Amino acid sequence: MSKQVQQLDRVIIRFAGDSGDGMQLTGDRFTSSSAAFGNDLSTLPNFPAEIRAPQGTLPGVSSFQVHFADHDILTPGDAPDVLVAMNPAGLKANLPDMRAGSTLIVDSHDFTGRNLTKAGYAENPLEDDSLADWALTPLDLTGMTVEAVKEFGLSRKDAARAKNMFALGLLTWMYGRPTETTIEFLEKRFAKNPAIRDANVTAFNAGWAFGETTEAFAVRYEIKPAPMAAGTYRNITGNLALAYGVVAAGVQSGLPVFLGTYPITPASDILHELSKHKRFGVTTFQAEDEIAGIGAALGASYAGSLGVTSTSGPGVALKSETIGLGVMTELPLLVIDVQRGGPSTGLPTKTEQADLLQAMFGRNGESPVPVVAPQSPGDCFDAALEAARIAVTYRTPVMLLSDGMLANGSEPWRVPEIADLPVIDPAFATGMNHTTTGKDGAEVDDFWPYLRDPDTLARPWAVPGTPGLEHRIGGLEKGDGHGNIAYDPANHDFMVRTRQAKIDRIAESLPPLEVDDPSGEAKVLVLGWGSTYGPIGAAARRVRRTGLDVAQVHLRHLNPFPNDLGDILKRYDAVLVPEMNLGQLSMLLRAKYLVDAVGYNHVRGLPLKAAELAEAITDLITTTTGAEPVVEEVSS
Amino acid sequence: MTATDLPFPGLTGVPTRGDDELLTGKDFTSDQEVRWCPGCGDYAVLKAVQGFLPDLGLRRENIVFVSGIGCSSRFPYYLDTYGMHSIHGRAPAIATGIATTREDLSVWVVTGDGDALSIGGNHLIHAMRRNVNMTILLFNNRIYGLTKGQYSPTSEPGKVTKSTPVGSVDHPFNPVSLALGAEATFVARTVDSDRKHLTSVLEAAAAHRGTSLVEIYQNCPIFNDNAFEAIKNPDTKADAIIPLVHGELIRFGVDGAKGIARDETTGGVRVTSGDDPGVLVHDAHADDPTTAFALSRLTDAGVLHQSPIGIFRQVERATYDDDARQQLVTAEQGEGDPQEALAALISGPDTWTVV
Repeated sequence: MSKQVQQLDRVIIRFAGDSGDGMQLTGDRFTSSSAAFGNDLSTLPNFPAEIRAPQGTLPGVSSFQVHFADHDILTPGDAPDVLVAMNPAGLKANLPDMRAGSTLIVDSHDFTGRNLTKAGYAENPLEDDSLADWALTPLDLTGMTVEAVKEFGLSRKDAARAKNMFALGLLTWMYGRPTETTIEFLEKRFAKNPAIRDANVTAFNAGWAFGETTEAFAVRYEIKPAPMAAGTYRNITGNLALAYGVVAAGVQSGLPVFLGTYPITPASDILHELSKHKRFGVTTFQAEDEIAGIGAALGASYAGSLGVTSTSGPGVALKSETIGLGVMTELPLLVIDVQRGGPSTGLPTKTEQADLLQAMFGRNGESPVPVVAPQSPGDCFDAALEAARIAVTYRTPVMLLSDGMLANGSEPWRVPEIADLPVIDPAFATGMNHTTTGKDGAEVDDFWPYLRDPDTLARPWAVPGTPGLEHRIGGLEKGDGHGNIAYDPANHDFMVRTRQAKIDRIAESLPPLEVDDPSGEAKVLVLGWGSTYGPIGAAARRVRRTGLDVAQVHLRHLNPFPNDLGDILKRYDAVLVPEMNLGQLSMLLRAKYLVDAVGYNHVRGLPLKAAELAEAITDLITTTTGAEPVVEEVSS
Repeated sequence: MTATDLPFPGLTGVPTRGDDELLTGKDFTSDQEVRWCPGCGDYAVLKAVQGFLPDLGLRRENIVFVSGIGCSSRFPYYLDTYGMHSIHGRAPAIATGIATTREDLSVWVVTGDGDALSIGGNHLIHAMRRNVNMTILLFNNRIYGLTKGQYSPTSEPGKVTKSTPVGSVDHPFNPVSLALGAEATFVARTVDSDRKHLTSVLEAAAAHRGTSLVEIYQNCPIFNDNAFEAIKNPDTKADAIIPLVHGELIRFGVDGAKGIARDETTGGVRVTSGDDPGVLVHDAHADDPTTAFALSRLTDAGVLHQSPIGIFRQVERATYDDDARQQLVTAEQGEGDPQEALAALISGPDTWTVV
């Protein structure tokens, strides 16, 4: 039976089920085959903090959203076109995000008495007509899976567990994805257990064949590959790209990398990944706590490594004192904060951008620290290298602010050429740098650990083992130049200002900001930082398609701000600052530039929605300039 | 003499001086004015360390002293080696990063009873269980000095201080018991005023590969004077100090009138007469820490009248830093150019090419 093929330019699919149903794996494999096919894509995993929340309940629902297209896309999408729900709770939890008319593919197997009750359904929604507004296809995915794999002699429970692969096979057929990548993956993953391996491959193939033969689906879809800049691509998550960026920083600086850390969601995958790369001279130390993690990292930096620590907001709180010590001792240190919902333990598996002010000010005393943020999963690689460059060049702790959405989300990433990566020069001190006149009038060469480079204001990094440069550093105030303990008031005032001046001077090494204003006529600027890049870009495109002008600038450097930011802000009549917090960047901009920044703030633990943000931008344009949309926004 | 001439596995990998490069205690003395109170026990320990460091045969640049916060933690400023005066309680963590990344450094931690046992208790026990190659000098004066006289986690119950005007209700730590409980591989106790004993213990600690924990009874003349009177007073010290010497009978008191024997009822140890045939021969090398722990319990928790002094435990066990470095060496073997390897790593197995 040959089916009709319909062309689409983009699709958003959400796989949802119990946290034990393998939804993350299913989504990940669908993403891989879409990447291999050449679509542009963006993903959003969403899972509970509990490893196995009570089965079949709403809190136990895990989902994975993938947006793939034949053109350049920026976000995982606001609302799915297709929901694949593996149980009643998966349907119930995700239905509010589904537009009328969108597709629901539901495993009907568990829509029975107790399972319905656990999900909070009084009646079976597959039978009571309550889903009439959607294109509903109930299928007994579990039953068909068990039937397909019965030859392998698995228990019923193990057989049923392959249902996610049946669903994946069906969707793979429906959207014309290649099957080889998934089959190869399954064969490798379950190589040690042939029965499980064969059951999964068989379920996957059975799902594909079911699509081909069933009358339930009359149409399959085609989404052509997206045109992309020439190069070699791979799919990558933010945490993986960030870990690779740290490895690259070690290679490009010639420094051994030492990661001192403590497991914490959503940063732990950085530890897991870096622990595999000892071949690059990367040491990973799983410390007894967050404080020991950063302490050991700072010790390693003192001893001549690139010290790195990785954590999330609660861990940053514990590390604050050691970051302060890093500021005082002026040693390179990379502090990675993969932000999550707060305060306190907050929402461990959800995303937020509310640690900006903590990164800026969360220490005692005047304790300036550079802050760098990646804007997309792949960009975590470049941001890590940039953070390492600043840390090493300026001898300072640097905060690298990723977030949960970047960490677990993925996108196609053009693999950079190594020759194009920046080279980082540790410029270790090797000899005396100062001459002292002794009591007898004779001149003696010595080493002053706080004698600064006139350009960068960085102090020399003299590593233990270097003869003649023995010196002592610590958290007490340093005398200018010689670095001995100094309590005098003028010296403290000078050192406080000098430490600030050193951080401010980093701005001189930054490239000009890129202003995206295609018409050059925009009166409203949207300014963001971090993972909101995608939603802001998508929203700006929507607004422009309606005939309005809007400019977009995205900040990688939050401290210091780039030197041209002030002038750029002055060029616009209004500035909108979308953030997943209550206005932290707005506060900094207002304080520094006296600009009347307008906030757009959501803290729902989820990325900003492009459509809603587009409305906010349009409203601000209308209020500011009187201009109204010329054409209606069309979807996509 | 160099480190390699001595049986100093603790310093394996650390470069030594040439035989013609003579250094004295003066060479290890920095130009900074020492600012402890007159009569502080820290002076004696500093002098002993400055006098003993040249004997290690190391170059100054290969020695690092790390400290936390407190009176004793000023120590690194007075030594002309590399040094870091860090933050309260964290010195063992910082030293772990130094020791793990640099086999060629001799790493020392200077800490006090508040720094190591109160705010930094966690780091201390984890350094010892990992057996990171460092020597920890724990100055125990049983009081908070730098914050001017509050009770510490080793102060005796009932102690009246500024923060406990009607007496402390805290039960104190026994640092040696704690270290043995954390399975430290080298645990010793010595006294600030006995330079000979202090030096011999420091030598053994430096020679040990792994974490060496040396508790130093140290007098604070300002806030806790005479806390160790019993073991310092010539009239009482014979009865107060229970000397632990590996391979020798554990006897003390005037003319060895008293000894330590197994207590069959508790499984611990008890004081007996010196000629009791059950008097134990001290075995610091016993792999099982049970007897060492039992000996540590002979220390008074209250006002000190009796305490074992010497090396409680000295056993070999793999160190965290050696093993961590070995994993890197193994992984790096036979690998080629790092930039080529980096290119392969970041590409991964699943790529596609757009032309």
